[in-house]
Amino acid sequence: MTDFLQLVLAGAADGSIYGLLALALVLIYRSTHIINFGQGEMAMFTTYLAWSMLNAGWPYWGAFFGAIAIGFVLGLVVHRILIHPIEGAPELTIVIVTLGIYLFFNSIALWIYSGVPKIFPIPAGVPKQSWDVGGVFVVPLHVTIFAVLLALMLVLFAFFRFTKLGLAMRASAAQPHSALLVGISVPMMMGLGWGIAAMAGAVAGLLSAPIVVLEPNFMATILIFAFASATLGGFDSPVGAVVGGLIVGEVSALGGRYIEFIGTDLQLLLAFALIVAVLLVRPAGLFGRPQVVRV
Amino acid sequence: MTNILEAKGLCAAYGPRQVIWGIDFAVPEGGIVAMLGANGAGKTTTLRAIMGELRAWGSLTFRGQSLLGRSTADIVKLGVAMVPEGRGTFVDFTVEENLLLGAYTRRDKDGIRQDIQRMYEYFPVLGQRRNQRAGSMSGGEQQMLAIARALMARPRLLLLDEPSLGLAPLIVQEIFQILETINREDGVSMLLVEQDAVRALRLASYAYLLETGRVALQGSAAELQASEDVRRAYLGY
Repeated sequence: MTDFLQLVLAGAADGSIYGLLALALVLIYRSTHIINFGQGEMAMFTTYLAWSMLNAGWPYWGAFFGAIAIGFVLGLVVHRILIHPIEGAPELTIVIVTLGIYLFFNSIALWIYSGVPKIFPIPAGVPKQSWDVGGVFVVPLHVTIFAVLLALMLVLFAFFRFTKLGLAMRASAAQPHSALLVGISVPMMMGLGWGIAAMAGAVAGLLSAPIVVLEPNFMATILIFAFASATLGGFDSPVGAVVGGLIVGEVSALGGRYIEFIGTDLQLLLAFALIVAVLLVRPAGLFGRPQVVRV
Repeated sequence: MTNILEAKGLCAAYGPRQVIWGIDFAVPEGGIVAMLGANGAGKTTTLRAIMGELRAWGSLTFRGQSLLGRSTADIVKLGVAMVPEGRGTFVDFTVEENLLLGAYTRRDKDGIRQDIQRMYEYFPVLGQRRNQRAGSMSGGEQQMLAIARALMARPRLLLLDEPSLGLAPLIVQEIFQILETINREDGVSMLLVEQDAVRALRLASYAYLLETGRVALQGSAAELQASEDVRRAYLGY
């Protein structure tokens, strides 16, 4: 039983990280209807910048929030320079451009920081020692990540649901032309979407780097799991991204342990199987809304 | 009477393709003007040029201020709103959210609340469905929502692109009656683009007939209704 609980906790920890990056994917999808393959690498790059700030003697939280702020600007700039000019282009073009974003940040990180893995510290103030709760070891960092994930989800949910800016961003994504006609500056809203998404991605990178180790490809696998999470939960739903992330985390953790032939090697395959299964049964995802319109 | 909107030698183009070739027209303060013409005559293009969505040149003034070169958001703030062809309601949003979006350029929270109530009085069906998704409503209800949404910006000039398109005659009649009320009670000027020329000429006091991007004919609604040519070519009786 303790073995099982231990696995559930590990799954929740992994799932929280997938959920964080999935939130970023959902944000971009909601604001521009684009699936950004470069999301993980942008997160990786901001994490490296935080590492540089730490090396330069910044306190942990200074570097943490500094990296998030830079992430926001990075999102705005990437949208302005790369995405805005190809608005309305065929989907394939946009996919290729986001793959370009992936390659760009991956290469730049490799060029600046080399491929040698770096140690990234856990957040200042979070205990390193695990808590022993009735024989089950609870890692404080995991609890922190989980809490951050829930907080971010609630903030984003409230932002989109209850604020005028959130409403305007949703409207710009859903029907840009109509949004323009009510006086919304649509390109600005889309840029904001990219900025906020990059912030969420930065949080994912900063919190997962201590678990995984910081190297230029460390977000690649996480991105795939995040795609699985967002697909599972529904690409237009922040709540779905989080629930999807947790389910994917649990399925990989428990599947890897209890389904003999899978082990740790085939966990990634489980994520793919999950994507395919969901797309077959419920293409809009668990929390996504299928598009139905009367004309 | 002063004109709220005045175009002189207005030209407009989609990218390199010029569609409007120097047209003159005006909408008097508090008046309703119709713009008629066949498909492809440039009616929708003219409206989009007014909203700053296209490259346009010549002269175009709203209450004495030039609209050319301004962003759509600016033009909405100045007091021009458009009900686009195909309505352009936010289908995945509730009726109330649509109205709030219509008031996006405004900052007066109390005024917005009052105006939403006023829209529910003009269009009671919207009040009954305030929390319903716009996309789940009938075409007529969505058209009413589109008009209400445009009015939420408190425009002085309302541009309407084919409000009767695809709707049952009874619904069209209801919508045109409400437009007349809004024009009379709130003094909102209107520029109406319509295929249904008979109905448009009944609502408008003056009309322009566009042909391949130029004004082919203009006159008071009564004159155009009486004109043999117009009747045969455009009114179809």
